[in-house]
Amino acid sequence: MTRDRTVLALLVVVAVLLAAGPFLPRWMISLFNVSMGYGIVVLGMMLLMRTGLVSFGHGLYYCLGAYAAGMIDQIWNVSDMLAMIGGGIVVTAVVSTILGFLLSKYREIFFAMLSLAFSMILYGLLVKSASLGSTDGFNVAAKTLAGMDITGKGLRLTVYSVTVVVMGIAALLLHRYLASHRGRLAGAIRDNELRVEYMGASVRATVHVNYVISAVLAGIGGALMAINIGHIDPEMTYWPQSGEFVFIAILSGTASVFAPLGGALVFETVRSFAYEYSPNTWQMVLGITMLVVMIFLPGGLWSLFTRKKVAA
Amino acid sequence: MAVILDAKGLNKTFGAVTAASDINVAVEQDSVVGLIGSNGAGKTTFINMVTGYLKPSSGSIHFDGRNITALSPRQITRLGICRSFQIPQLYNTMTVHENLLVGVGIVAAAGNAWGGAHSAAYSDPEKAVDAMLEEFGIGAYRNRDAGLLPEGTRKLLDIAMAMVVRPKILLLDEPTSGVSADEKFSLMDCVMAAVREHKVTVLFVEHDMEVVERYTHRVLAFYEGRIIADGEPAVVLDDVEVRKFVIGDHAPAAASGGGHA
Repeated sequence: MTRDRTVLALLVVVAVLLAAGPFLPRWMISLFNVSMGYGIVVLGMMLLMRTGLVSFGHGLYYCLGAYAAGMIDQIWNVSDMLAMIGGGIVVTAVVSTILGFLLSKYREIFFAMLSLAFSMILYGLLVKSASLGSTDGFNVAAKTLAGMDITGKGLRLTVYSVTVVVMGIAALLLHRYLASHRGRLAGAIRDNELRVEYMGASVRATVHVNYVISAVLAGIGGALMAINIGHIDPEMTYWPQSGEFVFIAILSGTASVFAPLGGALVFETVRSFAYEYSPNTWQMVLGITMLVVMIFLPGGLWSLFTRKKVAA
Repeated sequence: MAVILDAKGLNKTFGAVTAASDINVAVEQDSVVGLIGSNGAGKTTFINMVTGYLKPSSGSIHFDGRNITALSPRQITRLGICRSFQIPQLYNTMTVHENLLVGVGIVAAAGNAWGGAHSAAYSDPEKAVDAMLEEFGIGAYRNRDAGLLPEGTRKLLDIAMAMVVRPKILLLDEPTSGVSADEKFSLMDCVMAAVREHKVTVLFVEHDMEVVERYTHRVLAFYEGRIIADGEPAVVLDDVEVRKFVIGDHAPAAASGGGHA
């Protein structure tokens, strides 16, 4: 039996990122925070893609997670980071469980477009909600972590550290899930739904569960982004945002939980530098990057590592 | 011998087309039943109704005394009726080992809801899969993607995937179609050894009369949605109507060289 090194590798990555935190420049911490937030969302996209589904509307849960985190502060004056993340988890779990009853019936472009429709409904609701800041959104500020005051100079590093730990936990749990019996069904469903049913498993229930997991991951990513950026607005559920998640998922590949995390970092790095050095044509740089990856690495960036393994 | 599957008055129509007409079949436990008939005779429609893929327009199907007429394929599978397909239904991007591991996982995860004995037998999934690979003689393909297998091996894997969920009845839809003449008997020998080992009742659709004669205890001949003959292979295959409408041969029957495996 081959030893699973992913868990060990994840622990090493988390430890290294935590240890490096105090020494990283501000711009790099910001880059990592955004990358990890996106990476957690794309972990969920990866699970859906392994199940044979592409969501063009995961901005819905990304935004819901962020708004849940912000509204806990707004309504109940709770500005604890863990509570804010927890709020994102609960709200996205509840909403995705309800929507999942409908969406789990659909496949391919119908699933993609229906998920997009839900995200645009939320966008419409948010821009019409003056109490939630309409198109401007509102500011979010985490002040404590498990009751400890984190305001002041240490805030940025604390947010970074929490994001690293949450990312590590999310990736680890997803990895364990994918290696479980139910997780393995994702690939089976993508390949042959008929056979899955004739082996006695429920395709619809599995799709539903995977949809909820992916939504919760998007919600966690959204909550972390809200805390990290300090501001939320309806653009988080607008369709280009969902498109970015699909973009990163395709860029990354779906073979390992490391793929979305690494892909998100590459995406955010390319975008940041492209925006810095070519502010009027940064989208073109991203487009060319995607084109090159799709032509030379159709399995995504992660296939660079799997190719090497096969060759060895 | 106890009746394990009892279909009564099954009818299935698709608009003006009658695919099954007044099908009455009682299948005894541990028997091997061959279903023969030309294309469109109603054999696969019968299998599809028994496994829940199609709902009969009228009639009933009882399995182990329980009415399964309205149940879904998944529910029927969980009761113990599994099937293979004319075109193997595999997880093509997964390896042979992973294909079976999915089935083992489904049974193991279901636990007592499926049957404690089965889930206990799969307490070590890797070991259980390797035993299945050995049993079906496809261990050499363990790590190959199912989509890249030769047809005979695809057929065996398809049947192994039906067997991995430990059925009481196994329905095989043309197990030797697309398999070379050299391979068909070795394939059937392998399948029959496995079903005997696990005491599984078998119904299989087959166009190859040599295979039917050699492996079945009983043959049902279908024609235009009806059963026109039902009995021992030698008798049914020598029936005038069967020779005319199913085998397409009007000459007297040749001496039987086969026997029950």
